[in-house]
Amino acid sequence: MDNLDHIIPEAQRDFAACKTVTGLEEAKARYLGKSGVLTEALKGLGKLSAEERPAAGAAINVVKQAVEEALKIRRDAIQSAEQAQQLAGEALDVTLPARSHGKGGLHPVSLTLSRIEELFHSIGFEVATGPEIETDFYNFTALNIPENHPARAMHDTFYVDDKHVLRTHTSPVQVHYMQDKKPPLKIIAPGRVYRVDSDATHSPMFHQVEGLWVDEDISMANLKGVVQDFLQRFFERDDLEVRFRPSFFPFTEPSAEMDMSWNGGWLEIGGCGMVHPEVFRHVGIDSEKYRGFAFGLGVERLTMLRYGVNDLRHFFNNDLRFLRQFS
Amino acid sequence: MQFSENWLRTFVNPSLDSDALNHALTMAGLEVEGMGPVDTPVAQDIHQVQGLNDTIFALKLTPNRSDCLSITGIAREVAAITGAVLKLPEIVPVAVKGNKQKAVHVDEVAACPRYCSRLITGVNAQAKTPDWMLRRLEGSGLHGISAIVDITNYVLLETGQPLHAFDAVKLQGDIRVRFANKNEKLVLLNQQTAELQLDMLVIADDTGAVALAGIMGGAVTAVSDTTSDIFLESAFFTPTVIAGKGRCLGFSTDSSYRFERGVDYGNTRLALERATALIQEICGGDAGAITEVSGKLPKRQPVRLRLARLLAVLGTSLDEAAVAKLFDQLGFNYKRTAGVFEITPPSYRFDIGCEEDLIEEIARLHGYDNIPATIPNTDLRMLPLPRASLNPAWLRDALTASGYQEVVTYSFVDEAWEHDLLGNAAPIALKNPIASDMSVMRSGLWGGLLDTLVYNLNRKQERVRLFEIGATYFKAGGGYKEVSRISGLAYGDAAPEQWGSAARDVDFFDVKTEVDLLTNCRARFIPTQHPALHPGQSAQVQLDGKAIGWLGKLHPKWQQHYQLPRDTVLFELDTASLLKRGLPQYEEVAKFPPVRRDMAVVVDEKIPVQALIDTMLAEKILLVSEIALFDVYRGKSVAENKKSLAFLVLMQDTQKTLTDAEADEVMAKLLKSIVRQHDAQLRG
Repeated sequence: MDNLDHIIPEAQRDFAACKTVTGLEEAKARYLGKSGVLTEALKGLGKLSAEERPAAGAAINVVKQAVEEALKIRRDAIQSAEQAQQLAGEALDVTLPARSHGKGGLHPVSLTLSRIEELFHSIGFEVATGPEIETDFYNFTALNIPENHPARAMHDTFYVDDKHVLRTHTSPVQVHYMQDKKPPLKIIAPGRVYRVDSDATHSPMFHQVEGLWVDEDISMANLKGVVQDFLQRFFERDDLEVRFRPSFFPFTEPSAEMDMSWNGGWLEIGGCGMVHPEVFRHVGIDSEKYRGFAFGLGVERLTMLRYGVNDLRHFFNNDLRFLRQFS
Repeated sequence: MQFSENWLRTFVNPSLDSDALNHALTMAGLEVEGMGPVDTPVAQDIHQVQGLNDTIFALKLTPNRSDCLSITGIAREVAAITGAVLKLPEIVPVAVKGNKQKAVHVDEVAACPRYCSRLITGVNAQAKTPDWMLRRLEGSGLHGISAIVDITNYVLLETGQPLHAFDAVKLQGDIRVRFANKNEKLVLLNQQTAELQLDMLVIADDTGAVALAGIMGGAVTAVSDTTSDIFLESAFFTPTVIAGKGRCLGFSTDSSYRFERGVDYGNTRLALERATALIQEICGGDAGAITEVSGKLPKRQPVRLRLARLLAVLGTSLDEAAVAKLFDQLGFNYKRTAGVFEITPPSYRFDIGCEEDLIEEIARLHGYDNIPATIPNTDLRMLPLPRASLNPAWLRDALTASGYQEVVTYSFVDEAWEHDLLGNAAPIALKNPIASDMSVMRSGLWGGLLDTLVYNLNRKQERVRLFEIGATYFKAGGGYKEVSRISGLAYGDAAPEQWGSAARDVDFFDVKTEVDLLTNCRARFIPTQHPALHPGQSAQVQLDGKAIGWLGKLHPKWQQHYQLPRDTVLFELDTASLLKRGLPQYEEVAKFPPVRRDMAVVVDEKIPVQALIDTMLAEKILLVSEIALFDVYRGKSVAENKKSLAFLVLMQDTQKTLTDAEADEVMAKLLKSIVRQHDAQLRG
């Protein structure tokens, strides 16, 4: 029996010369096909004696396995190369823009309102709402602002009819809520309010958030604490200081203006105070047992400060070039 | 209230510089809104010549602090805040000469509980107002008019008591304080002819009204250069009687401003004496005796302050002695028994009526800064989180993710929008709109969105997607009703101009996607007519059998009206309906795969797809889990005025695998139903 070892390097050379799977199949036939070298060698085993046959068969098989292994390695290599070529052909410019339906966004006032709601919600405040066309009673009288009271002149009021106004503040929501629910109460009331006033710093429509906390042991110190906590969280600044200044609102006593430290000065941010016993009387809450604080924040003001917006009129012009900055 | 610091310092002189005084006033609730040097040219000259330094303070006073509408009042306040000594000018009654008096009848003692007056005869009305007085008047923003008027203004500023000087020669007969008669008229000092109302208090003589009490004098009886005898009035008018009357006539005066907030009724007579003394000093003349008519003056009720309550409300600690000291500084008289102060407020304080008012007095003098900031101790219970009412934030997020920009437009709109776009012939009108195009309350949001669209098209935007969530307003019974709506507008290209898809205009079905998104694909669309919308491309949107809004293309006539070059599609939905969601209930997931069968039918063009689906669903075949349209074809092999519709039907048996025969039977049943109802033909 001839030595077959030389076949292995020959096959490896043959296979390596093949560039395609088809070519490789042809080369394979020369060794392993019907009349391939190794097939012929196996056929030749029959001519050997029974003693020689096992060793010769084993030798052929060793060569056959080596050729098959070489074939497999080459086939894998060719296939990988072919796939790599195909994938290379399928390459995209991944920097091309996405198929888009455009970019939307929320109005900055909406962003502020949801931020306020989320912060107060985190300490258990519920959101309450009330009508914007409000009765004279809820907007004024129930808040201890009787007819002809000079405080009414502070509210440049839009009138709908003799008994109805566009609410000048969100405070009436307090009254509705306190009429409906029993203390303890913790609400914020965000919404639109209206004043007959229009210039660079006043809009006839703007947004306020009213806050109210009524419980047995609520104090002015708590009001300061909660407002300070809120402003620090809202502006994400632990060093932000809050200053309370005595003021007057008919529905709170004591009353205060809230100022916040900003760029080395103080900025007025809203009004607040302890709920006036007269307001509690209107809604049937015992002011000996319960106390409460209330505050009102100007939403546009907070928005301007947070984003550095310098003109109130942007909020209602709805110029998309302005609005898209907040998405 | 504006005043000269030098003048104030003659009454109280704390050891604080101007800036510190500014801060002290502001932090005690008398907000200083302006502070600066004297700025009138005349005053500047005086400055230089006499070397005077003065600062003008402008206070923004809250309506409860009428007591601070005078130098005396501010001085009292500064003394209370700083503990400095208060030195008010001593007022000594002048010597009476002669026995001339004018009889005064107060018909309305409730409206005018005190009326003091006197005649001063032989005055020189042309006397010059002294410079020191002019300076102080100018410091408060008043200009010299004539000595007598200047003196009454000066006393007003000094004491807070408004005075009025009449030319006594021009008064006929007795003086009467009464309400105006019907159709009574009065020519006022400002030459305005006031049509007096029955609730306006007047000072009258025999000829009729000569002054609008507490507000403004009449032109006829005004003092002039030739006046020799004056009738000088110092009165207390009840605040509610004066309140709002000036505003009715369209003005407010220094006098009405004070009377409607409350003037010190304990000072009526002294102010008259003070003015008389100044008139005699400057204009000469003989003063007659004072005529005083007094009725029932307000009575200050004692108010109790419990120390414990004070501390509980403020959330701070303060001892009884400290509280007593603050009341002393305020000049309040009190009775004190263990932990309780009983205060009788002075006649100049109209704002102390209950315990909280005293708490505020102590708090502001103690200093709001000295109250700590603490977080309440509270019980922690979770808030309800009802599945039945979702947070509206998701509506915003959904539309934002679909490329829509949120806007906020005015609640009051142009009346034409209500008429044209919403067919609202009688919108809710404001009585005092700020502008004619903001005069009625909106009953829908499309006007604002279209207006915003036009605004942005004018700024070269080409593709616009807008939405707004907000109230709409309706009349309801005798009152009003508000409904929150969510509304969207799509204009221009269906998608932003891009490389991967051909440009086309946005259409009805693009925006229907948004409505499906917001309604969780549960809405039904019914062809409808709407004033704003294209009659063939508008749908009423129904959810759970209830109409909740509209979807449609803007009517071409409005497109033309608003000069919109391209199509606009609009929707508007009731917000609350979108936020109601039931709790999902688990159903067994079938172990066997569903079977899908398709069916194409040809029907008349006019038949809506929904009608076919409804007919098939009406068969109520339990095995059918879904019927959906997936293709519409018109053209070759489909007759004119017909369309071919392809439906897929999903079938599912939860208990076993469906056989072909069973599926065939279902399909036959469905086909039969639409053949019968809609003359559908199976397409081969």
